[in-house]
Amino acid sequence: MNERSDFEDRLRQARTRQGLDKRPEGRGSLPPGPWGIGLRAGVEVVSALVVGIGLGYALDRWLGTWPWLFLVFFVLGSASGVLNVYRLFNPRKTPRAN
Amino acid sequence: MAAEGKTIDALSQFELSPVLGIFGNAVSFSQSNLFMVIAVAIAYFLMKVTADRGELVPGRLQALGEASYGFIAGMVRDQVGDEGKKYFPFVFSIFMFVLLGNLLGMLPYAFTFTSHIMVTLTLAIVVFVVVTGVALAIHGMHFFTYFFPEGAPKWLAPIIIPVEIISYFSRVVSLSVRLFANMVAGHVMLKVFATFVVLLGGLGAVGPFVAAMPLAVNVVLVGFEFLVAFLQAYVFAILTSIYLHDAVHLH
Repeated sequence: MNERSDFEDRLRQARTRQGLDKRPEGRGSLPPGPWGIGLRAGVEVVSALVVGIGLGYALDRWLGTWPWLFLVFFVLGSASGVLNVYRLFNPRKTPRAN
Repeated sequence: MAAEGKTIDALSQFELSPVLGIFGNAVSFSQSNLFMVIAVAIAYFLMKVTADRGELVPGRLQALGEASYGFIAGMVRDQVGDEGKKYFPFVFSIFMFVLLGNLLGMLPYAFTFTSHIMVTLTLAIVVFVVVTGVALAIHGMHFFTYFFPEGAPKWLAPIIIPVEIISYFSRVVSLSVRLFANMVAGHVMLKVFATFVVLLGGLGAVGPFVAAMPLAVNVVLVGFEFLVAFLQAYVFAILTSIYLHDAVHLH
């Protein structure tokens, strides 16, 4: 029994090495280390805020409702900034084909 | 350019000016455009050499071309899956363009076209439009369920949907700003420390010894910049394929 499971282990390792089996984790191979993660999270928050503020400002200019939509979209932008950072660490669960 | 009037002028390296004489003036063909053309030409010839020769034991150029091909092909296969093969040419073109733009910028007298937000923003918008187009072509109207996760309470929809839409659009900004900011920051640092070398070098007898310190920093920075040049092209390509994965598989 022991010998058999050992063989299975080695077979799996060999198959993975040859690229026959997909590696279990393909995602999240972004720059490692605290600086990489920190900078990425910062960029995600700021970019969501920029989009939210820009959208709110543009809609206000169009509809003449300054500053109400701006305020609403500012809050929504901050929320999606938090969502982006959450996604960074917990990607969407995807039924990957493996 | 450097240290005129004993001031640090780190940003003039990003200024555009027409090249190629009268022709360049007439159509505003700047050095940025020139280096884009050079980058495309290098990518084209690298691939042509790789594909034409096809020797069993690859030479240097062929090995380089095959390595870059294999790198991106493996990445697309890992991230998007087997159905992602048809998007490989797109990801590969983007990767080579950004990578060559970053690396050409490391040559003396060269211009880094990826250090302009308009260039990176255009690249990001192209990626965004292609990814959205792919998602719409595959899933049709079903694509819009992407903005409302399954199982969330219905009464939260007015909050969740705008937040998801903003999060979706923020991809454009984060993709472009990341590349742009990295390239600008690196080149500004290089220029600042290079100016220190010149300024400190003129301090009489001790000058050359003191100037060795920023020079050493600059040597390290150049190596670091090559890493950043490659890493940012890699990040741009891998995020493109992650977005393609989301588009192909939805959620």
